Amino acid sequence: MLSILFYLFATVAIFSAFYVTKARNPVNSALCLVTTFICFAVLYITLDAPFMAAIQIIVYAGAIIVLIIFVIMLLNLGTAVKKRYTHALAWGAALSVIMLFITNTFIRRGVPTGKLGDVTTQMIHSYGHTELIGMALFTEFLLPFEIASILLLVAIVGAIILSKRQV
Amino acid sequence: MLENYLPILVLVGIAFAFAVAVVILSRLVGPNKPNDIKLAPYECGMPLLSSARDRFSIKFYIVAVTFIVFDIEVAFLYPWAVVFKQLGWYGAVTMGIFLFVLIVGFVYEWKKGALEWE
Repeated sequence: MLSILFYLFATVAIFSAFYVTKARNPVNSALCLVTTFICFAVLYITLDAPFMAAIQIIVYAGAIIVLIIFVIMLLNLGTAVKKRYTHALAWGAALSVIMLFITNTFIRRGVPTGKLGDVTTQMIHSYGHTELIGMALFTEFLLPFEIASILLLVAIVGAIILSKRQV
Repeated sequence: MLENYLPILVLVGIAFAFAVAVVILSRLVGPNKPNDIKLAPYECGMPLLSSARDRFSIKFYIVAVTFIVFDIEVAFLYPWAVVFKQLGWYGAVTMGIFLFVLIVGFVYEWKKGALEWE
């Protein structure tokens, strides 16, 4: 059952990711990206990471996509771009083949699932995923957490300076 | 653990099936006699003023960025809220610093008139 679900959502994720690059209308690309993010959220749930799934939907499928759509509308990319052959296509194909080859060799050499960390599935089930993240965020990773607020402040100031007529 | 998500999966399945069924059924059952007025984006109401593909004003962008910033702030509040009782005052102070920096940004935005539609 779980593997069927995994293959179903992984397939949908790959196909919608493909249509992100394939769609002529950039708004369609953005909507396909939403589908990809939602499929990732489902995969996070099957990996016992429900908080990551919620964040994936709230931040990525919500906020990031809103920003992408706003940028599309600001740039006026609405008119469909005709497909034309450029050398970039050949270079991109060659690079992706090399990338696939390198990834493949690395996967064959090591353990594909990686090393297990300190946090086990039993720990997540007994203590809770969000609780674990909360405790780690406020003890071990407190400084990065506080720096994140500075980053958000910079985003606010930057947006105002860029978009207001007079600051 | 995962069986808690079964109702959501069922809901997603029903929603997907319903959407597909409606599209297919309306294609099969409904009569198809298009004309210019029927194919207009709004069949009733105002006549179109311009294309929907115009460039949008930059004013919308500041709304989008504000939404993202405070959305991420809320995302940080969730893990804080669930361990709030364990953290006690320590959690209140550290989150207070975080929120203070963002409130500085919010006040700046307010004072610069970014929340107003000029």
